[in-house]
Parts: sequence; C-alpha cells; structure tokens
Amino acid sequence: MARTAVSRRLTWRAAELREVRGETSSAHSLIFEVPGWPGHLPGQHVDVRLTAEDGYSTERSYSIASAFTDHHDLVELTVQRIPDGEVSPYLVDVLQPGMRVELRGPVGGWFVWRPADTAPVLLVAGGSGVVPLMAMIRARAQASVRVPFRLVYSTRTPEDVLYADELRRRALEDRGLDVTIVYTRRVPDGHGRPPGRLTAADLAEWGWPPDFEPAVFVCGPTGFVEAAADLLIDAGHEPARIKTERFGGTDA
Amino acid sequence: MLDYVDGSSLAGPMRELFAVDVTAVEGRCAACGLTGPIAALHVYGHDHGPGLVGRCPGCDEIVLRLVRTPTDAWLDVRGAVSLRFSL
Ligand SMILES: Cc1cc2nc3c(=O)[nH]c(=O)nc-3n(C[C@H](O)[C@H](O)[C@H](O)COP(=O)(O)OP(=O)(O)OC[C@H]3O[C@@H](n4cnc5c(N)ncnc54)[C@H](O)[C@@H]3O)c2cc1C
Ligand SMILES: [Zn+2]
Repeated sequence: MARTAVSRRLTWRAAELREVRGETSSAHSLIFEVPGWPGHLPGQHVDVRLTAEDGYSTERSYSIASAFTDHHDLVELTVQRIPDGEVSPYLVDVLQPGMRVELRGPVGGWFVWRPADTAPVLLVAGGSGVVPLMAMIRARAQASVRVPFRLVYSTRTPEDVLYADELRRRALEDRGLDVTIVYTRRVPDGHGRPPGRLTAADLAEWGWPPDFEPAVFVCGPTGFVEAAADLLIDAGHEPARIKTERFGGTDA
Repeated sequence: MLDYVDGSSLAGPMRELFAVDVTAVEGRCAACGLTGPIAALHVYGHDHGPGLVGRCPGCDEIVLRLVRTPTDAWLDVRGAVSLRFSL
C-alpha cells in the first residue's frame, strides 16, 4: 500500500571509492562509484555514514564537488582533514580505493544553482567551502552557459588552495568566470594584497555590486559564513539573494 | 555559541521521512513571524547525538526538532505556524 511512498524516500546506498586525488596536504578529492546514481544539482550534498565493526555508526555531510554527467555513476567529494575529527581523518588518511562507505543523497534543494538561472553569480568561499561552489563552476562550463560568475575564495596560504590548477586554467579558459583568491595567513611572492581576513573592500573590488542583483552563494566554516554574509548585507545585498551553507567549526 | 550549520543539513535526515525535499519549503516562525526556507534555519547538534534542533535565524527560538531512535523518528514542529509546499 505505502510502497511507492516508501520507495521514494532516500536510504543509504553503498559507495565504493574508485580514485583519490590529493588536493593539498590536508585535503583529498574522493571519487566514489554509486550504482544507480540519479544525478544531482551543483550545491547539493550527501551524507556519508561510517559503521564500525561493533555497530557504532556516525554520519557527516559532504558537498558534491563534481558536475553530474549522465554517462557514469561517479560522485566526487573533497574532504578537508580536521585534526582530531572523528570522520574526516578516516576519509582522508585511511579510506583506500576499493573500500566502501554508505552514502545518502543527493540532498538539499535550496543551496543549488541551476544552469537555467540568468542572474550573475557571486561565489564566496572560505576554505573547504569552495567545494560546492566548484561544482557550480564545473556545471556552468559543462552546460556552456555564459552567465557571469565571480569566485572570491578565502584561504590561509597558497598551499591550502583546493583545485589550484583547475581554477587557474578555468580563469583563463571559461569565458565570464573571474577567480580571486584572498589569503588570510601568507600570500604568494609578488602578490599585492597583504594577508588578512576577507574585507568589505575585497568584496567591493572582486564581487558584484548589489544593484546587479547577483545570486550570492556563501560557503565555509560557520564563523567565515557569518562574517562574509554580514559584509554582503552591509554592502547592500538583499538578504533573500544570499544563500549560505555553513560547514560547522568556527575557524575562517 | 557559534557551532551550528544551516538547515540544508536536515535534508538527508528528512529525506528518510519525506518523499520530497523539505529544506526548500518555506516556513513561518511562530515566535517572530519570520518566513524563510527550512534551509535557512540554524541547526544545532549536527555533530553529536541523535537529536537535531533547528532555530529561527531571526529570533533564535526553536522552530523544529528531529530526534532519531533506532526504530522511530520524532519530528516536532511546534515552533512553526505553517510550512508552505509549492506544488
Ligand atoms: C551541508 C554540509 C556540507 C559539508 N561539506 C563539506 C565538504 O565538502 N568538505 C569538507 O571537508 N567538509 C564538509 N562539511 C563539514 C563536514 O560535515 C564535517 O563537519 C567535517 O568533515 C568535520 O567532521 P569530523 O568528524 O572530522 O570532525 P568532528 O569530530 O565532527 O569535529 C572535531 C572538531 O572540529 C570542529 N569542526 C567541525 N567541522 C569543522 C570545520 N568544517 N572547520 C573547522 N572546524 C570544524 C568541531 O567543532 C570539533 O571541535 C560539510 C558540512 C555540512 C553541514
Ligand atoms: Zn523567529
């Protein structure tokens, strides 16, 4: 009787790790094969569940980094190791290709960008908050959409930049995509801006003015998202156009 | 206390209960009247224990609670006047 309704609810599925790509010394991109993957929108996430032999299980959310293509069942996550964390050190340091986790998703229908959306887009990332925003950049390229995108990405040092090579390449090749990296602790040689937290001036210079009515996506550790969203609202951006995804933790 | 995440993180647990995504559904806070998507609630308890608490981003009152036991899920939405599903 309740069959159809029940079957439309999401449950956990097995996901096998296929490939690992080192991004930085503390972050890896993990490519999972998930048979029957239904597809996803950029910005959506999955929940990952780990279960120990004694039955203890724990779950965490991870944004999807890849754009969906319908000729395979691969889903890419990028996980930043949190020292002393319960789950992230396992995913970064222990999990090897061929091993499995359980995965529930894709989920989340609000913090998403759709290739049919026409508003200019401002992406503001702190640390690993760049992950779902990268999915949006990848999906934009894949759909050959020309909607102008600007990414302002705050990170500690040049060695902490996720997707560094790909961002450099896309900033040159993806027409209408601007990428600015703001370093909080140490800058590369010859970089003009001194290290420091994201400021109103950074967003004024590298973001879109509020009267362009951009769709704004802000993602990162909770403290970073708080600060960045406040700067954007103070600058005159409509709160309703600012979508946030807080990853937890307080460090920017 | 800063360690909360957005209501989007309720999407997975809620999709075990509902056939549709409820995080994009618009709710109205019973305490202050603010309307907004469930995804904009501030969610506490995401990194420990079986209970999630969603608080209003405007007034910090509790809008909903979700508690899991091995056999049941309890969803308490007494802090919301209404939830609007667009069809
Ligand atoms: C919707 C959503 C999407 C997410 N997407 C990603 C993603 O794409 N990549 C990713 O690496 N993480 C992502 N996260 C964060 C992830 O879910 C975990 O919180 C993170 O991996 C830490 O888990 P842990 O078990 O290792 O640490 P825990 O054992 O949960 O925490 C250990 C300590 O680290 C602190 N802490 C927790 N999270 C963070 C953080 N993000 N930054 C700094 N300190 C923290 C905690 O307060 C605690 O004191 C996302 C979170 C949400 C809610
Ligand atoms: Zn309220």
